[in-house]
Amino acid sequence: MLLVKNLHASVNGKEILHGIDLHVRAGEVHAIMGPNGSGKSTLAQVLAGREGYQVTQGSVTYLDHDLLAMPPEARAREGVFLAFQYPVEIPGVSIALFLKTSLNAIRRERGLPEVDAMDFLGLVRERMKRLGMDEAFLTRAVNQGFSGGEKKRNEVLQLAVLEPLLAILDETDSGLDIDALKTVADGVNAMRGPERAIVVVTHYQRLLDYIVPDYVHVLSQGRIVKSGGPELARELELHGYGWVEAKNGARQVA
Amino acid sequence: MNVMEITHSDELERVPTGLAGHDVPWVIRARQQAFARFSAQGFPTRRDEEWKYTDVSVLTRRASLAPDDIPPDPSSEAALHAWSLAQEGTHLMVFVNGHFSEELSAMGELPEGVHLGSLAQRLEDGDELLRPYFEGEEHTVFGALNNAFATDGAVISLPPNTVVDGPIYLLFIASGHGVAIYPRNIVLAGAGARATIIEHYMGTLDSHNFTDAVTELNLGAAADIRHYKLLQEGPAAVHIAGIHADQQADSRFASHSYALGGHLGRNDITSRLLGPHCHCTMNGLYLLDDKQHMDHHTRIDHLAPDGTSREAYRGILDGASSGVFNGKVIVHPGAVRTDADQSNHNLLLSRQAEVDTKPQLEIFADDVKCTHGATVGQLDDDALFYLCSRGIDANLAKSMLMYGFANDIIEKIENPTLRNRIEGLVLDRLPQGENLSL
Amino acid sequence: MNTATKSLDELIGREYRHGFYTLLETDTVPPGLNEDIIRLISAKKNEPDFMLEWRLKAYRHWLTMKEPEWANVHHPAINYQDIVYYSAPKSDKSGPRSLDDVDPELLRTYERLGIPLKEQAMLAGVAVDAVFDSVSVATTFREKLAELGIVFCPFSEAVQNHPDLVRQYLGSVVPHTDNFYAALNAAVFSDGSFCYIPPGVRCPMELSTYFRINAKNTGQFERTLIIADKDAYVSYLEGCTAPMRDENQLHAAVVELVALEGARIKYATVQNWYPGDKEGKGGIYNFVTKRGDCRGANSHISWTQVETGSAITWKYPSVILRGDNAIGEFYSVALTNHYQQADTGTKMIHLGRNTRSTVISKGISAGRGQNTYRGQIKVLTGAEGARNYTQCDSLLLGSHCGAHTFPYIEVKNPTAKVEHEASTSRIGEDQLFYCTQRGIAPEDAVSMIVSGFCKEVFKELPMEFAVEAQKLLGVSLEGSTG
Repeated sequence: MLLVKNLHASVNGKEILHGIDLHVRAGEVHAIMGPNGSGKSTLAQVLAGREGYQVTQGSVTYLDHDLLAMPPEARAREGVFLAFQYPVEIPGVSIALFLKTSLNAIRRERGLPEVDAMDFLGLVRERMKRLGMDEAFLTRAVNQGFSGGEKKRNEVLQLAVLEPLLAILDETDSGLDIDALKTVADGVNAMRGPERAIVVVTHYQRLLDYIVPDYVHVLSQGRIVKSGGPELARELELHGYGWVEAKNGARQVA
Repeated sequence: MNVMEITHSDELERVPTGLAGHDVPWVIRARQQAFARFSAQGFPTRRDEEWKYTDVSVLTRRASLAPDDIPPDPSSEAALHAWSLAQEGTHLMVFVNGHFSEELSAMGELPEGVHLGSLAQRLEDGDELLRPYFEGEEHTVFGALNNAFATDGAVISLPPNTVVDGPIYLLFIASGHGVAIYPRNIVLAGAGARATIIEHYMGTLDSHNFTDAVTELNLGAAADIRHYKLLQEGPAAVHIAGIHADQQADSRFASHSYALGGHLGRNDITSRLLGPHCHCTMNGLYLLDDKQHMDHHTRIDHLAPDGTSREAYRGILDGASSGVFNGKVIVHPGAVRTDADQSNHNLLLSRQAEVDTKPQLEIFADDVKCTHGATVGQLDDDALFYLCSRGIDANLAKSMLMYGFANDIIEKIENPTLRNRIEGLVLDRLPQGENLSL
Repeated sequence: MNTATKSLDELIGREYRHGFYTLLETDTVPPGLNEDIIRLISAKKNEPDFMLEWRLKAYRHWLTMKEPEWANVHHPAINYQDIVYYSAPKSDKSGPRSLDDVDPELLRTYERLGIPLKEQAMLAGVAVDAVFDSVSVATTFREKLAELGIVFCPFSEAVQNHPDLVRQYLGSVVPHTDNFYAALNAAVFSDGSFCYIPPGVRCPMELSTYFRINAKNTGQFERTLIIADKDAYVSYLEGCTAPMRDENQLHAAVVELVALEGARIKYATVQNWYPGDKEGKGGIYNFVTKRGDCRGANSHISWTQVETGSAITWKYPSVILRGDNAIGEFYSVALTNHYQQADTGTKMIHLGRNTRSTVISKGISAGRGQNTYRGQIKVLTGAEGARNYTQCDSLLLGSHCGAHTFPYIEVKNPTAKVEHEASTSRIGEDQLFYCTQRGIAPEDAVSMIVSGFCKEVFKELPMEFAVEAQKLLGVSLEGSTG
């Protein structure tokens, strides 16, 4: 589904990603772990098409499309979803309006009829219930005055409503207490399926206790330095990132 | 006095026969004195600090300032239904080219003691109650001109503790070509009285009329008046208006100003918080395009302790439009524990558009909490990206952000029907606005 | 609360400490203003013709102008014919050649003021130009600066020794037609400081001018011109005091700053002119025009001012952001007490692309003081990506004072971002209680809160100046964290 080849990207002329290779197939859950500044969020932003991130080398293929050639809205309509680490506040725009507009944009692309207000509310209420969210949420302006936990839930709600094919979760666990973490993880797990791939970007192994990945990749200084199964995450938890970095350094020297 | 003014003075000698109250001696005298005050000052120029950003020299080129007596255009009745914001229970008064039209109006049933009627009729009757309003010093030179030429308008008087449930809706239609219109409204709210008043100015596409409107509101103790002003004059119209409130203790006054149409617009909105524990709200939204110019001058005078005021104005400027906000909050000596907040935010969308904003605080008491803020900027790139990353088309995303920006003001409208109608008017002005309702 | 109020009054009611008068023989022209006086001043300074012509042009223009009325200040009419336009300490020679030539009485005056003119006794790294009434009496460290090609001298000397630089830049930022007081200054200014930093030179020490009004009925009209050539850097300090007198004295100075490509000028003022007594009698009218021109790309000008003195202050240190990526900054603390009036602020004129400006203004009003912030942010059509952030906060101490905020924001470019925020507050009882409950004396608590309020500005001042500025606010900072 997603094939990242030798991806180099820079921000303000400074190269952050020094050649990433990643292959994600439908039905798989990949975790990308790494210390602060390793380039995790940059990778997520590049995949979503954030302006200001220049791809200097390499390619990203998504369902036979050249993903990098597509504007962000086209990527979203083709099924790429990024759950933001820091979702932005949009004053005055209610979640209901925002989500309905987004859903219909995506449905149009897929050749599906647009949903009207009634059907939309029915759908979104059902998803909210599943996520244990209060309906009053819908009338609030997008992310405005939300707590950290509410922002993350809002991201997961959008994931549940928009049903993307490729979901990238950028530090969706940060700032969540254990109960919120479980709810969010349940929401994500409910989305797992043979059609869909999920990429979980996280600093901590904690989230991976709840969303168990098929593959774990360790990102360090803009490169994937180690890949493995879910056990890799637990090893990291035991030894810290220094362990992988040191090993990797040694290998590079050798 | 220049030649033009002399001509206008002559006009006044001639015109009073056509104006309301032309055989009431005090009315004639008041009009003449007001005209003398206008003539002494003349139209303001950009050298006047209060008119620094608004050029009204176009008015000096008018052939005549005198009000016209053009009979209502029969087509206006049809247009009325398209424009009207009347809802169930509305008390509607329609004015065409400055004159009350009984046929088009539907005043409905009003609580006992409430008076809603034509100012012209009251002037004809020489109603002494109106006398202080015509003999006093005006807030601006346009107030003087209005005093001299006031044609008609609404007089609303609410006895103490009466509540008018449905909105009192004053619809002013300009349909004649190039007419000068001088609406004058007077609101007397007794202690504890409550009402919602809408002033709606509509103009036909081709009417390059000049409107000089004044509305005065007197709020008794604990009265609660919500005033909405909607400006949708035609694209060639010049509209200058004053809305002035006096508030007694514990009263609440809310002014909402929506400026969507007109070529050149200016609203002077003021309130004096004369007694303790008053609350004043002033909200406004201006959506401008093409060569529109809109100037809001607001002033809140805190004259007694424990007053609160909240003011929020926003503007979206496109085309070669220009928007002005000049908001003054004055905390006078002794007005302790005043809590005042004022903000003005602008979105500047085009290379030819311009914003001039002057939020001002003048404070003469120490135990106060006053803040103000003003910004001029663009749509937030992060927010745009967020919307696009959810599949929303970039242009629709922009409209959505504009809508959200405006909605922070619209949300403050308490009456839900009115809020929906105004929201609709705003959406009509946004690209793809039709896709922005649930 | 009572103790706190009392200490507040004590703190803000402190006597003016620089109010003494120095008895000196002076060379003074008769009061009044006409073309002959201007010719006389020009002749005394042995000026080249272009200077006299410039002065006369300014004078003739001034005659056509009216005093500005828009400022939020009130004072009796000034009779410009009662003012003495030139007064200088008498010396045998045309001017002091070295410190040894300076009248010892003068040196003692500056010692009393805490201004070091004896180089050996000086704080390291500050070169001082002292202006006494109308003329510069001593400039220190000149040789050392000359080695780097830096010119730092009295204006009158610059006219003699660097006429081309003077001719090129004089009036190029503040033209003689600019405003009433600037025109008056151009006609009669007698001295001031001149500074030129050559390309690529970073001035190794703080340059400082110290202004002192001494003589009676004398107006002080000095003019400062600072030019930082390409990639040069200079930090400049200005201080001012005057004796206590019952009558009002006029100070109408002009400061022009020119920053060429990549240059940076930091200009700091601690203004402590005599503010008048508790009844509002006497004091300096401080009507000053200060403007910087970021003429080159990537240039940077910052103004920092602490205004505690003067009966009336009328000044708006401004920056014209002409070069692309230029930066303008204005940091201000203005305190008004008793009957003082201050109408001060800044103008930031954005012309170049990606120009940025920051305005931080802190007004403190006490007694019957009236404090006005007046600022203009103007973004013109070509100023792509211009940014401004303005914050002006007022602190009111007492119920008879006033704080006023008059910002003018004019934006003509759709890529510009301008933000203005203002707040007004007083020292809350809860804040004082919180401090006293933790064992802090009320007066320390007040000073702590006031200095906290001004912190963003003080941190822009060089260390010694910051200390002086905090003292000037009449606030003891013992036991506070600053």
